[in-house]
Amino acid sequence: MNHFLEVKHVSKKFPAGKDLFGRTNRFVHAVNDISFTVRQGETFSLVGESGCGKSTTGRLIDRLLEPDEGEILFQGQRIDQLNQQDMRPLRREIQMIFQDPAGSLNPRMTVGDLIAEPLIIHNPQMAPEDRTREVHKLMQVVGISPKNAGRYPHEFSGGQKQRIGIARALSVKPQLIIADEPVSALDVSIQAQVLHLLQRLQEQLDLTYIFISHDLSVVEMISDRIAVMYLGFILELADKDKLFAHPSHPYTQALISAVPIPDPEQKPERIFLQGEIPSALNLPQGCPFASRCPKCMDRCKQERPVLQEIEPGHALACFLFEEAACPSKS
Amino acid sequence: MKEDQKLSDLLQENYIDETVQAYQGSRFKVVMKRLFRRKTAVFGLVVILLLVFISIFGQWVAPHDFEAYDYMNTLQGPSADHWFGTDHYGRDIFSRILVGTRLTLGVALSSVIVGAAIGAVLGLLAGYYGHWLDSLIMRGADVLFAFPDILLAIAIVAILGSGIVNVWIAVMVFTVPSFARMVRSATLSVKSSLYVEAAQSIGSNDQRLLFRHIMPGTMQTFIVNFTMRIGSAIMAASSLSFLGFGADVTDPEWGAMLSQGRTYMDIAPHMVLFPGLVIFLTVLAFNLLGDGLRDALDPKIK
Amino acid sequence: MSQNKLLEVKNLQTEFPYDKNKTVAAIHHISFFMEEGEVLGLVGESGCGKSVTALSVMGLIANSNGLITEGEIYFKGQNLLTLDKRQRRQIRGGAMSMIFQEPMSSLNPAMRIDKQIMEAIRLHTDLDKDQARALTRKLLVMVGIPDPDRVMKNYPHQLSGGMSQRVMIALAMSCQPQLLIADEPTTALDVTIQAQILELLRDIQKEKNTGILLITHDLGVVAEMCDRVIVMYAGEIVEAANCQELFQTPLHPYTQGLIASVPKLGSGRTSLPWIPGSVPDLLSMPEACRFAPRCPYATDKCRAEKPELEEKAPGHQARCWYSDANLPAQA
Repeated sequence: MNHFLEVKHVSKKFPAGKDLFGRTNRFVHAVNDISFTVRQGETFSLVGESGCGKSTTGRLIDRLLEPDEGEILFQGQRIDQLNQQDMRPLRREIQMIFQDPAGSLNPRMTVGDLIAEPLIIHNPQMAPEDRTREVHKLMQVVGISPKNAGRYPHEFSGGQKQRIGIARALSVKPQLIIADEPVSALDVSIQAQVLHLLQRLQEQLDLTYIFISHDLSVVEMISDRIAVMYLGFILELADKDKLFAHPSHPYTQALISAVPIPDPEQKPERIFLQGEIPSALNLPQGCPFASRCPKCMDRCKQERPVLQEIEPGHALACFLFEEAACPSKS
Repeated sequence: MKEDQKLSDLLQENYIDETVQAYQGSRFKVVMKRLFRRKTAVFGLVVILLLVFISIFGQWVAPHDFEAYDYMNTLQGPSADHWFGTDHYGRDIFSRILVGTRLTLGVALSSVIVGAAIGAVLGLLAGYYGHWLDSLIMRGADVLFAFPDILLAIAIVAILGSGIVNVWIAVMVFTVPSFARMVRSATLSVKSSLYVEAAQSIGSNDQRLLFRHIMPGTMQTFIVNFTMRIGSAIMAASSLSFLGFGADVTDPEWGAMLSQGRTYMDIAPHMVLFPGLVIFLTVLAFNLLGDGLRDALDPKIK
Repeated sequence: MSQNKLLEVKNLQTEFPYDKNKTVAAIHHISFFMEEGEVLGLVGESGCGKSVTALSVMGLIANSNGLITEGEIYFKGQNLLTLDKRQRRQIRGGAMSMIFQEPMSSLNPAMRIDKQIMEAIRLHTDLDKDQARALTRKLLVMVGIPDPDRVMKNYPHQLSGGMSQRVMIALAMSCQPQLLIADEPTTALDVTIQAQILELLRDIQKEKNTGILLITHDLGVVAEMCDRVIVMYAGEIVEAANCQELFQTPLHPYTQGLIASVPKLGSGRTSLPWIPGSVPDLLSMPEACRFAPRCPYATDKCRAEKPELEEKAPGHQARCWYSDANLPAQA
């Protein structure tokens, strides 16, 4: 059976240093052997703190970066080895929304031209009048008055810019939208607006989202399934309800407990993490989280646990589960 | 067209956010407004516009025939009739400067335009494609950079022989590497910006990325350097003429006039003073405008 | 009068030049007070003037071209705006200090950590070098840095984000300030690190009885840290109340909308109400109630007359023509 999107054992490293002879000898290991599948019509979230590889993963799927190892299949077709030329038709199906709405819009183009650009690229035969009409409609859909089509991005607020970015991504009617921290640069009241817009668009247009975020409360609202990343590894992957009801990885537990609750009556039980985050230049031999894990065992420093299913719809990369399942081993 | 219907359904429930910032107009208008707030830049601009006017109409404005010999009145100081005095043939220096504007400015402007265009294209390609093309172009630029500007120009003229056309070529050649290097670094920084990545993610091809997204982003540094570079091109062309490599001695080129005046510096200092002053003023005007443009284009400076 | 208040700000107005001979008011008639040892939250969205307020109190607003055109700032009964530069500097970094959002860029990259903290200490005290060094070490231990001797010899770029914020806090606490202004101290940090820093700030406040003016956009941080909260919108204070009361019975429609629009972990909700529209531009501010264009309850009165900040319940002020009980029907 073909999945909508399949990521198999993908790794990506970036050169970070050279030896005396100009050969690269140091690498930042941004993404390490990750695998997951995304189903059509769902919102699949990648969460984690800065430097966990979630944005790199998004860029690998959008093929803005080329994976070093592994396979990426979109609707059964391998896209990990396509060059930019062959990838271009597929970009109609896969669009991206970026974190920084100001930076992702060319400051020298009008908003109308920006939204029209994907149409010009993927549908060059379209008559200019039709294109203008389409652009105006898209602007209305995202809540921007079409009479402002001739204005430049800097004249809009952050939330409006992000909605312009969404209109631009929607213009070619894609199937998959990769949203890289789409609301984290926005104010809370604007966040809710944009999230609502994304949800309504998904319902109406059967979109599939890959939602990249560091904000667990936003992720909880919008996701169907969630992968928790740390240091380029996926530590836990589960349906939303299962993840929040029974977070099983010590890191997930700490992450959830650290989120401040906007209610003075509710005081969460905090798990404070000690220790330093290891450098992505020298990956630890064992579990990537071992150095900060409150439940770290000797085994965790030697061996790296792999992601395996502990119940249907809930996968975990931690030895604690094995130890709990068969205590005779320890 | 089911999709369209669904989009239209969304339209019904949506509200429109009309709030926008006070209208500022296009970036061009904003930059112009900021430029005109700077007095020195406005001064530079006025001088340059005046020079452009003179280079077009100088011939008709000039009070005397610039080539008319008048042996009765040689080496005369400034007077009501001859504002800037006369030279050793009795020609009116004021008229010669007016007429010479076209030649001096024309050589500098056209050589910088061609040199800057070649340099910019090379820099754009080097910055965008990188790898061996980048190495090739930049090492070439490094070689040219190893010579001081004027020495390079002298070397070129020495090889090609003297004459105004060869001066033009020399100035053009020494303009290329600085633009190549500058546009390349601007290209690299724009290329790594998020909006270029966004343009790539919607499927723009190389051509579109280069000309629609990257090149306009490099124009800011280009314009500033272009303006500044004209000043140094005038200096270089004048210097070459002064050294006797350039314009024919009978041509009213400013550098050549300066060169001729040198012989009579003791008895008729006005012969070097006025051409020198005009060169100074012109170079200053272009530099002031360049400075003003740089500040006006930089969004960080208020 | 104002003797027992740690800080009292009256009718503060700060303006910025934006065009030839024209200025625009970034904050408009701000009045509030702080008790000793209190944690006061200043919340609002970007552009609401919360940072401008903090910088005005701190006396750093001139660095960003701002100008205080009206009002008074009393710190322990003394009007700061009448002091000269030298006296001001003595208070700043001494009895009053500040930490910023970007710890990395607030530290001098070319100076070792111990040098930076010692310099600050010696500027405000008569301690000699060795005493200052000993105090530096003590401060670093206090802010929870595991190996202070190593960190003292480090340069800022060798520290992680969380560590440099700890160093910043040590620096700010070096002269035992009575008022610590924290401008988005955890916004640039990851949640697990944020939890640690907030815990540290709370410990310091309890131990040293330092008043903290906490500026943030994050209502979660507010709920966790603050005793009282001031909500700002478009350069004005719209509501001020005790923290619990504010979250339970917010009176201003903006505060209500703001609280409702924050996703709450564990609530199980999949959609949230939101405030329509955007914050108005400073140059085209509505004349009457500044929130009226986005307010679901706005009436003609709201669009015509400007409401004042009024006491609606004991210790609970709001700038709205209607208090919670008599809000008109949603328009």
